[in-house]
Amino acid sequence: MSFIPGQPVTAVVQRIEIRKLRQGEHLILGFSIGGGIDQDPGQNPFSEDKSDKGIYVTRVTPEGPAEVAGLMMGDKVMQVNGWDMTMVTHDQARKRLTKKNEDVVRLLVTRKSLEQAVRHSMM
Amino acid sequence: MFPPFVKPLHKKLRTFEKKGLSSRSPPASKIDSLRSKVELLRLPLALSSKSISHRKSQLGGAGERGTGGGGAHRGKPRPPASDMDNESQYSGYSYKSSHSRSSRKHRDRRDRHRSKSRDGSSRGDKSVTIQAPGEPLLDTESTRGDDRDDNWGETTTVQTGTSEHSVSNEDLTRVSKELEESSPLECRRFLGPALGAVLGLFALVTPLAFLALPQLLWRESLEPCGTPCEGLYVSLAFKLLVLLISTWALFLRPPRATLPRFYVFRCLLLALVFLFVASYWLFYGVRVLEPRERDYRGIVGYAASLVDALLFIQYLALVLLEVRHLQPAFCLKMVRTTDGASRFYNVGHLSIQRAAVWVLDQYYSDFPVYNPALLNLPKSILSKKISGFKVYTLGEENSTNNSTGQSRAMIAAAARRRDNSHNEYYYEEAEMERRVRKRKARLVVAVEEAFTHIKRLQDDEPAASSPKHPREVMDPREAAQAIFAPMARAMQKYLRTTRQQPYHSMESIINHLQFCITHNMTPMAFLERYLSPGPTMQYQRENGRGRQWTLVSEEPVTSALRPGLVFSLRRLDFSLVVTVTPLPFLHLGEEFIDPKSHKFVMRLQSETSV
Repeated sequence: MSFIPGQPVTAVVQRIEIRKLRQGEHLILGFSIGGGIDQDPGQNPFSEDKSDKGIYVTRVTPEGPAEVAGLMMGDKVMQVNGWDMTMVTHDQARKRLTKKNEDVVRLLVTRKSLEQAVRHSMM
Repeated sequence: MFPPFVKPLHKKLRTFEKKGLSSRSPPASKIDSLRSKVELLRLPLALSSKSISHRKSQLGGAGERGTGGGGAHRGKPRPPASDMDNESQYSGYSYKSSHSRSSRKHRDRRDRHRSKSRDGSSRGDKSVTIQAPGEPLLDTESTRGDDRDDNWGETTTVQTGTSEHSVSNEDLTRVSKELEESSPLECRRFLGPALGAVLGLFALVTPLAFLALPQLLWRESLEPCGTPCEGLYVSLAFKLLVLLISTWALFLRPPRATLPRFYVFRCLLLALVFLFVASYWLFYGVRVLEPRERDYRGIVGYAASLVDALLFIQYLALVLLEVRHLQPAFCLKMVRTTDGASRFYNVGHLSIQRAAVWVLDQYYSDFPVYNPALLNLPKSILSKKISGFKVYTLGEENSTNNSTGQSRAMIAAAARRRDNSHNEYYYEEAEMERRVRKRKARLVVAVEEAFTHIKRLQDDEPAASSPKHPREVMDPREAAQAIFAPMARAMQKYLRTTRQQPYHSMESIINHLQFCITHNMTPMAFLERYLSPGPTMQYQRENGRGRQWTLVSEEPVTSALRPGLVFSLRRLDFSLVVTVTPLPFLHLGEEFIDPKSHKFVMRLQSETSV
């Protein structure tokens, strides 16, 4: 998942559709994110390339909407509802995910095992 | 190499030790049985002992030559018989490694003697016999063949050192050195200053003569001169005084070292002074004495100009002799050939011989003292490489070709053979270190305990605290002797293990102890002298004879230091190799940092739950 500056990023992604759950007056998705272009990429335990400033899923609450939809810890979020997540600040990412007027978020996430699975299936 | 019947005996001793029995109080029967075995074995060996040891010495000699031992190394240093070392001679890796300093034959001989001495002394006896090793040599840097072995050999071999009653090679060299270092050196030392004194006196008297001669010879016809002359007189007197002092300081003080060739700058300056003074006399004779010059003021001015010129020469001398070499320009690397101790020094522009003198001054205070007992790998490890191959020539007549081909073949074959001597070396080093640390621990504890036995008497304390236990008041010497006894044994063992025993006699240890007690030193302060080998200066004896060093160089020794020059300073049994490298030229740049420009931010790492 390393990127070459100036070249388009290519990755094998999985579409995940999460329905937000209403808890009181909040709509929650059931996971936590970390990372962003304004954060320190060296402390990200899930990234292979320690200069990767993308948004990563750091925690998934059990039995939450995200887990039900198939999101796993360590996934890198590439797009949220069509909005790019690879070059955003932490706060921008949070805002994109927690829009009050959206009930459903469609994520494109990538993880290492996806790429391996594709490679195996091609061989 | 070893006769096979001796091996089982040593194995037995080793297993005996491994059983964990303290070597001090073993069951007596076992010792007796072993002892009798040793006696028995000695008989057949003694008959052919000379031939075996002779053969072994030959082999050992070939091994030494083969490994290129150091030049003037006469007589292998042997550890003296230690009838007090009754613990763990055989512990550790192997029998071979416990005493691999000496060759096998010495060990064998010593074992026989130790068994003999064990017959005499009782096993549990802790009596202290301190063998003060004779008188330490006057020159502690030369080879020491002096460790007296009381149970000295019944078999004399080719490579042996001294005996108690014969004059050995070491004694002869010592005597010849003493002869060398006496009178010729003393005379040569003072020749330079004498010449300088004569010339300086001549130069100093000259202006006074210039002034005095007209007064003496044709006083009546001289024009009187008033205050300017008096001013000149005063300045002349002052300058002469300064000249006198600086001449003494620069030329007349006896140098601390005699150089092999004359000291170029000094000779040049003396020649310059002589030329100046001679030319002034010449002009004086022609212009003043002959026509009987009447202008006295001119004569006084002439004398004053001579003194000024002499002062400028003094200034030049000061710069050349004392100041020029202070600014560092070269880095000298000094390596001692025997054990590789090395240091780096920065010097300025000097000639080779002056640099050698300077560097030797540093040697005496920086380098740890040369201990011939601590040389490199024992021969038993290295000699395996050479022996073991016999090369047969088939039908070759040309012998010279053969020998080189033979040796090359042997070396190649030896290199191909898998050799484990590094293993032995490693274990030997570990064993040695372990032993040293053990002895050191015992020594430190013994000394600490000994120091608790005395305390300083305060002035206001009554000397006798109670009538039942009167405490005798001792002076430092007596106090030192009193507390020396409990630590003497541990000290001697430690010195033996670190092979420092020739440097410290019992007398010197007691003196040092007395010194430490007088100055309220702690036990560790007392021990610092023995725990690490100090610089050579620490072991120098006061004698006016001086040290003989030979400067070996491919360039004339009065030439200046250049980068890439190599010279060496040789003594009898080791030498110091000095390499000259230039100090790098430094480009120093500047960067200004505004104190307000130091700003920091925290590294962010936040996690948000959505």
